[in-house]
Amino acid sequence: MIVADKKPIEEIIEEIKNHEKILILGCNECVTVCEAGGKKEVGVLASALRMYFLNQGKQVKIDEITLERQCDHEYLEEIRDRMDQYDAVVSLACGVGVQFMAEKYHSTPIYPGVNTCFLGVTEERGLWTERCQACGHCILASTGGICPVARCAKRILNGPCGGSTKGKCEIDKEIDCAWQLIIDRLKALDRLDEYEELCPLKDWSTDRAGGPRKVVREDVQQ
Amino acid sequence: MRLQYPSNIKIILVPCTGKVDVLYILRAFEKGADGVYVVGCLEGDCHFDNGNFRARKRVEQAQKILDVIGVGGERAQMYNLSSSEAPRFAEIAIEMDEKIRALGPSPIKAAKQKAA
Repeated sequence: MIVADKKPIEEIIEEIKNHEKILILGCNECVTVCEAGGKKEVGVLASALRMYFLNQGKQVKIDEITLERQCDHEYLEEIRDRMDQYDAVVSLACGVGVQFMAEKYHSTPIYPGVNTCFLGVTEERGLWTERCQACGHCILASTGGICPVARCAKRILNGPCGGSTKGKCEIDKEIDCAWQLIIDRLKALDRLDEYEELCPLKDWSTDRAGGPRKVVREDVQQ
Repeated sequence: MRLQYPSNIKIILVPCTGKVDVLYILRAFEKGADGVYVVGCLEGDCHFDNGNFRARKRVEQAQKILDVIGVGGERAQMYNLSSSEAPRFAEIAIEMDEKIRALGPSPIKAAKQKAA
């Protein structure tokens, strides 16, 4: 999932302080799971903002809606007939949702309510860690299901480097060396011979290096 | 025991303080409460293992938010006591009542009255 973190309320207040009719728009998908932008977080933020503006003596209308997703047309269309009631929207979706909202509703400013962090997993409640950098050309088949692109600080494809000590990365003793994990995993799978095979140069044109990307699937297009 | 505690305290029953959410606390202030305190079981005595610890974290979260928005985090508090400690319950109620009275009415309540 896409992992996001809450923005400080002070920052959101600064974004919207000049507006009077504000919609706090949550998303029921990834940001709900990582407890940054779901219905509950929308409720907490809206309540806090209502009290803040009331305390400041300002009449500000703050409404709450949480959509199923903010990255699909059909869900964003659900609020079209209500958008004229607001002069600003704080989207608690990831950066994708914020942008899609902005693309769809040209005349209403859309502000981000979360910081979008990475593609990751819930290791435990309150702890989310990165697993994928969406490089566009998956090599997990040859690395025992552990990604050196996302989990090695240097993104090296034939590791480990000299900075690997006792299974940890030189940048932080808390971070596992991805290549140590790969070697351990290949050993457990009895595929250590594959580790000897050099990984050829990776085509990074499918990564961000090639500019904004798109996936075209003519077979499912209408 | 016929113990007395301030009559301005409204008790909201929850099955476990683990049920108390940040939103419950904020909504109480939004509705005009001057203070909110959560009374959970003694730490280590939660029937559901960690309900009271969760509540404490949520009260702390609410305190931070209340500080940012100018209401004052000290208006939300967490207490722990055993269900058999009625005198302590009354003592906490009096303590909280005095604390909130010293702080004065919630600015939200005053702002709401002004806006109405």
